[in-house]
Amino acid sequence: MIMGMPVIIEIVDITAKDEDIEEIFSDFRKIDERFSPYKETSEVMLINRGKLARGDYSQEMNKIIALAEETKHATNGFFTTTIRGLFDPSGIVKGYAIWEAAKKLEKRGYENVFVEIGGDIQIKGVSSSGSKWVVGIRNPFQTDEIIKVLSLTNCGIATSGTYLRGSHIYNPVSGVNATDIASITVIGKNVYEADRFATAAFAMGENGISFIQSKQYLEAYMITNNERAYFTEGFSKFVQM
Amino acid sequence: MMKKYAQVIVVMGGFFLLVFFRNIARGDKQPVITSSDLGPINTPAPNTSNATSRGYKNGTYRGSVVDAYYGNIQVQVQITGGRITDVTFLQYPNDNGTSRFINSQAMPMLKSEAIQAQNAQVNIISGASDSSMAFQQSLADALSQAK
Repeated sequence: MIMGMPVIIEIVDITAKDEDIEEIFSDFRKIDERFSPYKETSEVMLINRGKLARGDYSQEMNKIIALAEETKHATNGFFTTTIRGLFDPSGIVKGYAIWEAAKKLEKRGYENVFVEIGGDIQIKGVSSSGSKWVVGIRNPFQTDEIIKVLSLTNCGIATSGTYLRGSHIYNPVSGVNATDIASITVIGKNVYEADRFATAAFAMGENGISFIQSKQYLEAYMITNNERAYFTEGFSKFVQM
Repeated sequence: MMKKYAQVIVVMGGFFLLVFFRNIARGDKQPVITSSDLGPINTPAPNTSNATSRGYKNGTYRGSVVDAYYGNIQVQVQITGGRITDVTFLQYPNDNGTSRFINSQAMPMLKSEAIQAQNAQVNIISGASDSSMAFQQSLADALSQAK
């Protein structure tokens, strides 16, 4: 468990070395130590306690801040790292960490890889079966169930959502037919793109799917609390028949 | 009993959790436990999948306060007729001011379908992980008191 979430790394290539996988885990731990909003010694904690001057931020922190700013702009303000007045970059760090890990493994020559942190995934090449990776989308109402099966390669996928059961939730705006969002799954060129846009799209509620539709390299599958799914035009090409 | 409806957006570390929730009347209600009231009135078929919510004692139960990574979550569960009839947030991470968001737009050019369980071997599963765990933890705690 890193960042409180399960991590899975799989390298299919027969040349896979244990130390490469261990190095990725070690990278994730370092990222967690720096960006955790909890840990007493994390850089984020020091910033929030006012113990670190702006000029003394690490290079990696400055990079994350720049990425977060860019994302805020790209999502019409639906993405933020300021939570109740505190700085919390978690919304950008997960996708960034997975994507950096996948790039590192690519540089080492691996062609068939997946890296996952807490349901967000970067996929490359093929699985051990020799075919594209088969990825299930979890049913937000029945978490041991899959409601869509996708066939993916060389892309990232991320899901934002909540497992609050729909029948307990009342939408005072739309009335009886509550159609608020249970989850939205976004597929992008990489997991960094998928993750940050899934986060922002989820915050947009029902408009989130239209926002993804307007983005050229993103596709999405959104599940509403009345157990319907809405999906972008290009999404079907990923669905396994 | 007054009923109050509210909506919030819970903003969680860049991870926005949009929750429309039903806020039942304020004020503490003491659990009313009646042992004769276990289970629904109609005997369910043996293959019912609703076993998890069957047989709780009527009343209102508070879950523990659980750290949701970006703030605390605490839920209150109301049990009526042995079943969960309401779940209310007593605490939730809240970003006041900037995040209130009301939406009623249609989705014209999108395809839609009813979701359906799939039987397939998969390599990986994509799903949300963040705040929901804290919610489930608090809920599980509330329900354990209702047993």
